[in-house]
Amino acid sequence: METEQRKIAFICSKGDLDMAYPALVMGWAALGNGIDVTLFFTFWGMDMITKDRQKHLELAPVANTSMKMRLMGLPTGTLGIPNLMGILPGMTAFTSWFMKKKMAKVGAPPVDEYLQMMVDAGAHLYACKMSVDMFGLKKEDFVEGVEDIVTASDFMDMTEGSQIIFI
Amino acid sequence: MTDLVNVALNAEGFMIDPNQWTKELAEILARQEGIDVLTPEHWQIIDFCRTTGLANGKAPTLRQITVGTGISIKDLFALYPKGPAKKVAKIAGLGKPEGCV
Repeated sequence: METEQRKIAFICSKGDLDMAYPALVMGWAALGNGIDVTLFFTFWGMDMITKDRQKHLELAPVANTSMKMRLMGLPTGTLGIPNLMGILPGMTAFTSWFMKKKMAKVGAPPVDEYLQMMVDAGAHLYACKMSVDMFGLKKEDFVEGVEDIVTASDFMDMTEGSQIIFI
Repeated sequence: MTDLVNVALNAEGFMIDPNQWTKELAEILARQEGIDVLTPEHWQIIDFCRTTGLANGKAPTLRQITVGTGISIKDLFALYPKGPAKKVAKIAGLGKPEGCV
C-alpha cells in the first residue's frame, strides 16, 4: 500500500536569533522522520539565508518580557532585565552571546551550520520575491542551498498538500 | 536469534530489549524498513549506534551519528532514505532517539 508522502513548509519571517531556531529544530526533526521540508524566507527571515547576516543574528533584551535575569543563574525570581539596562551599548551583543551559549549547550549547531545540515538532508530553501525586491537583494547575496527567488503565488503552487507553519 | 517471532517490539516497532539484538535480526529489520542489503557503510552506522546506545541507554541522534562516525549528512540520508532517525535506531535494536538535534 502506497501511503501519501507527508510534506511540511515553514515560512520564516523573523531575523532574531531566537526566532530562527523553531523552523530549524522542527524542520530537522521532520527530515529525520522522512517528511519533505520546504523553507520559505520572507521579510526579516531572509537574514537567516543572507551571507553577511546569517552568522550575526541577534537577540535584543529590550522589550523582551521573557528575558529574566535568572536565565543567567541569578537568584532574582521572575525579575526581568530592566529595559533601561537593555539600551546600554553592548547589551544586545551580550544577550546574543548568551543565547548562543545556551543553544550550544543543548547540542544545537549555529544557524548557518543547521541550515546546511538541512540542505544536505534534502530540504528546499526559497527566498520571497517581494522581500528581495524591497531590500534590494540578489540571489548572490544568499548562501548556497537557496534554490530560487519565488513569488507568493509560486509558494502556493509548490506547497499544495503541505502543512504550513508560519514563524 | 534469526527471526522476529520471539522478539519483543513496542507499538512503534522498536525493540524493547536491546540485548535480544543480533546481526541477523538487523538484516531482517532493515528489510522491513526497505533496505535490502546492509553495506559496510550501513554497518559503520549501526555499530556506532550499538556502542553509544548500549553505553548510555539512549539511541544517538542524527547529529551525534554524523559527528561520531564522520559520515556526512548527505551519505546518512542516502544510506537510510526517508527518515533515518527512526530507521537507524530500529535496525540497531534501540529505542526511539530522544534528542532533538
